[in-house]
Amino acid sequence: MTPPSNVIEIRDLARTFGGGRTILGTKKPQLTAVRGVSLDLRKGETLGIVGESGCGKSTLARMLVGLDRPTSGAIRLDGKDLSSSGTRALARRVQYVFQDPVSSLNPRQTIRDILEAPMRHLLGLGSKERKERLEKLIEDVNLRPEFLDRYPHEFSGGQAQRIGIARALAAEPDVVVLDEPVSALDVSVQAQVLNLLDRLKRERGLTYVFISHDLAVVESVATRVAVMYFGEIVETAPARELFRAPLHPYTNLLIRSAPVPNRKRQKASGDSGELPDPYDPPPGCPFAPRCPRAEDNCRAAMPALEAKDRGKDHRAACFHPLSRR
Amino acid sequence: MTAAAASSRDDRSSGRERRERPSTFALILNNRLAAAGLVVLCLIVIAALAAPILPLADPNATDPASRLAPLLSPGHLLGTDALGRDMLSRLVWGTRVSLVVGVSASLIAAIFGSAIGLVAGYAGGRTDQMLMRLIDLTMAFPYILLALAIVAILGPGLINALYAIAIVNVPFFARNIRGITVGLARREFVDAARLSGKGPLTILWSDILPNVLPTIVITLSTTVGWMILETAGLSFLGLGAQPPQADLGSMLGDGRKVMFTAPTISLVPGLMIFLIVMSINLIGDGIRDALDPRLRSGALARPAFRTKVAKGRRKADTDGEQEPLPADAGGVGLDPLPAGEGGNRYPPLPCRASPPQGGRSPSVGLSERSISPLEGEMPAGRGGFQGRDGDDVASDRNDNPVLAVRGLETDFHIGRSVYHASNGVDLTIRRGECLCLVGESGSGKSVTAMSVMGLVPSPPGVIAGGRIGFKGEDLADAPDRRIRELRGGAVSHVFQDPLATLHPLFAVGDQIVEAIRAHQPLGKRAAEAKARDLLDLVRIPNAAQRMKALPHELSGGLRQRVSIAMALANDPELIIADEPTTALDVTVQAEVLRLLDTLRRERDTAVLFITHDFGVVSEIADRVAVMYAGRIVETGETAEILTRPAHPYTRMLIDCVPVMGEPERRLDAVPGRPPAVNRLPPGCAFADRCPRVQPDCREGEIPLETKRGSLEARCLHPLGPGEALAGGADPLEARP
Ligand SMILES: Nc1ncnc2c1ncn2[C@@H]1O[C@H](COP(=O)(O)OP(=O)(O)O)[C@@H](O)[C@H]1O
Ligand code: SF4
Ligand code: SF4
Ligand SMILES: [Mg+2]
Repeated sequence: MTPPSNVIEIRDLARTFGGGRTILGTKKPQLTAVRGVSLDLRKGETLGIVGESGCGKSTLARMLVGLDRPTSGAIRLDGKDLSSSGTRALARRVQYVFQDPVSSLNPRQTIRDILEAPMRHLLGLGSKERKERLEKLIEDVNLRPEFLDRYPHEFSGGQAQRIGIARALAAEPDVVVLDEPVSALDVSVQAQVLNLLDRLKRERGLTYVFISHDLAVVESVATRVAVMYFGEIVETAPARELFRAPLHPYTNLLIRSAPVPNRKRQKASGDSGELPDPYDPPPGCPFAPRCPRAEDNCRAAMPALEAKDRGKDHRAACFHPLSRR
Repeated sequence: MTAAAASSRDDRSSGRERRERPSTFALILNNRLAAAGLVVLCLIVIAALAAPILPLADPNATDPASRLAPLLSPGHLLGTDALGRDMLSRLVWGTRVSLVVGVSASLIAAIFGSAIGLVAGYAGGRTDQMLMRLIDLTMAFPYILLALAIVAILGPGLINALYAIAIVNVPFFARNIRGITVGLARREFVDAARLSGKGPLTILWSDILPNVLPTIVITLSTTVGWMILETAGLSFLGLGAQPPQADLGSMLGDGRKVMFTAPTISLVPGLMIFLIVMSINLIGDGIRDALDPRLRSGALARPAFRTKVAKGRRKADTDGEQEPLPADAGGVGLDPLPAGEGGNRYPPLPCRASPPQGGRSPSVGLSERSISPLEGEMPAGRGGFQGRDGDDVASDRNDNPVLAVRGLETDFHIGRSVYHASNGVDLTIRRGECLCLVGESGSGKSVTAMSVMGLVPSPPGVIAGGRIGFKGEDLADAPDRRIRELRGGAVSHVFQDPLATLHPLFAVGDQIVEAIRAHQPLGKRAAEAKARDLLDLVRIPNAAQRMKALPHELSGGLRQRVSIAMALANDPELIIADEPTTALDVTVQAEVLRLLDTLRRERDTAVLFITHDFGVVSEIADRVAVMYAGRIVETGETAEILTRPAHPYTRMLIDCVPVMGEPERRLDAVPGRPPAVNRLPPGCAFADRCPRVQPDCREGEIPLETKRGSLEARCLHPLGPGEALAGGADPLEARP
């Protein structure tokens, strides 16, 4: 059944935190960070995931690489369900780049220690082979081999992030999940890292999941975009299409909110920017309290993510989607 | 390749920085007390180690004939005890035993305690719960009771005392180490280790332990002393060393019996215990201070209330000429005029709507002390601002800058180097105007902004030069009382992290009320009503209820609105906002920006807004100042600077970020890194990264000069209008 072009298939993935009972028997509050996400990752694409902080982007990303276990649902890698088999099984194929480059490098290990670990523990390479690959790898990310014997604190943010990328690539993965890879970097070096990621992807035939709250960055790197709101995907579409003519009112709000140099934004209607209370989710569409197009039926039932009038690749979870401008 | 060039530069600088930072050992030695402790301890340890080869009498040989010999008797330097044993010999051998027992007990406690702490902290959940409850249980007993109980079970004897002391101290290590481990286990590098395929034990051993080790060493070095003391205690009670073996505790116990006839017998071991414990604790404190990263970076002292202002700070921006501040201020500052101004004493700080004159402005006297603290908030001081025609300015306030910073120099003194974080900055902001300060991180934006109200931590920060003109008053000269009155009053701050200004344990409403009442003579009720109005003003839904919320109960966006409300509480004339929206989501950022924009227009407030996002700039700024390596390199009106900048750095900074709606644009990173501000190159600080660099760029000081329109730039080869940098198409001009 599986079309061969999908590297990863996510089905009804959910993650709940808290819950259960305390020693005294009272219920602990329960929060659902990711509520039933289904998504396909196609080979060779860069899937951008955008959304506000707290909408579940990072939780989804961590489940994709096995740092977190889903409460329910499946993550299929080439058709095989790996959702509950933990980090090691996934780490061979799916790797992760952290937002904060400095804190993702152990301050007491040399760059060599850090980059060798995946080769040793995941690929089981001998020391001679590791040494060869290491030198190639470090040059691939535009750093010089003598950096291998330095400690992380000796590097700038941009360099540290290149080391973080090298660590992810050391395991020779097929998919790299990048969780806000340039958000912590100075604007002047963001471009370095973005250009590097672009080259590595072409050279190694990688597939990226690129998570960011910065729409301009996502627009410039992604081939396809998924918009998350309150733990759900509310719209997916090819990147150009999505930014040109979004279907979902939330996507539209995001795009209109992004500041653009030299363009005074048209005043948006007083949006509070508040997410619903995750401990007490409203019935129906979670965007309804902020949505200018909301009608009664929005508050009654949750709209499904489905194709509207823009072809099967452009899907949105909304009862009253925007029309093409 | 640019990256390689950049990294080679980085190498050199990081290498040098490493050498500038003192080593741990040097730091310990630098601490005189610790060094003294080390000397004393070394002597004691050497003596104890050398006991077998020293010409000492048998410590256990009794000689009733010469019992209780006094100090300095022949053959017995320290006399003899009640059985006639040589005290010196017993002291040295006893010290040896006590040290060995104390140190072994500490090591055992450290190893087991740390192991428990590591496992509990890393595993978390049920394992953690069980282990820690067990530890709590042992800690619930007074430790000496517990030690007694253990010895009672195991039976008296030195080895059993050692176990008892070790067991009693295990919880201490376990708790300390667990605390650190819990924090580390959530760090991203541990996740990275998991993603590298490491198992839990490998992670504990190779990733977490090395990071915990300093804490273990600190804990160890601060507890060894007490453990020696505790071992001595048990021996003193007769539960440790058994006769005839000597250790310090049992010697003390022996001496007690003859305390009144021969006090020296208890005094000698007592003194030794004192010396050992004291020296170990001094060293321990030294080690702690040296290993603690916070202390290491030189932030030992609590920062002062306001930034230190250097005596005799430079007041004119003419190339750092020293200009002593008149000690008693009746007069006007003796400011030399810049060359070419022909001795023509101009009115003070520029006050016309024309763009500020930047580095060349005749920064003639802000009248020193024209306002005494008691006069309070007088709008424009006597002899302060004058219009261009010499009119009294009070009538013409709109033209006067609220903030007029001239030649501000803020330095950090770290070790032997001086970092010029703010290096001759001029800023002018008028009423109702918003000036955006942009630049890479580390360019000195925050330091400049914080210098205004003296918020730069001192030490290490010092305002080494310049004037901070606030409505005609030089804030660098103002007394503390005046600064206190202005902070949160006429000048307020909004920071990137609202939690930095909000107290975590008080309701936000109460905090706003307090802020209001600190500056206005209002009753509690009136202040509460005002606080509610403020929360409404910043459009916090359901303000009355949110008054009672604690900061952490609010979302990031709401919290930032609360801190804006707080900043507005006392009708400020100047708001200093340091990246207030950087941590916010786009939708919230849009809201907060709109809010700030409306409020400052309605209330005619001046805003100094720091950001690195040119999108935000065009949203809110009237004028922009671009900072690089501590200096303003370009300033001008927003639209002009964004579309047709003159300075290559501004162009590159704009071009290197992706822009919505232009996904295909090539992104050109700014190669390399900014120079360290303690070793600025001669000439243009941007020269090493600049594609237009010419030999003359690296020569003399480059002034900030008018280039075209409203633009002033510090560049010898500025860009023409709309000119792109070599290599990249001008994206803004080329946009379809
Ligand atoms: N408390 C401090 N101690 C020592 N150096 C500091 C301190 N604060 C800032 N600096 C230094 O001052 C320079 C300017 O920093 P900052 O004003 O924070 O830059 P920006 O706000 O533009 O990012 C940097 O080199 C920084 O390292
Ligand atoms: S379903 Fe209704 S409330 Fe939800 S986004 Fe669509 S129009 Fe708005
Ligand atoms: S002065 Fe020279 S090096 Fe500096 S920015 Fe201008 S052209 Fe570039
Ligand atoms: Mg800053």
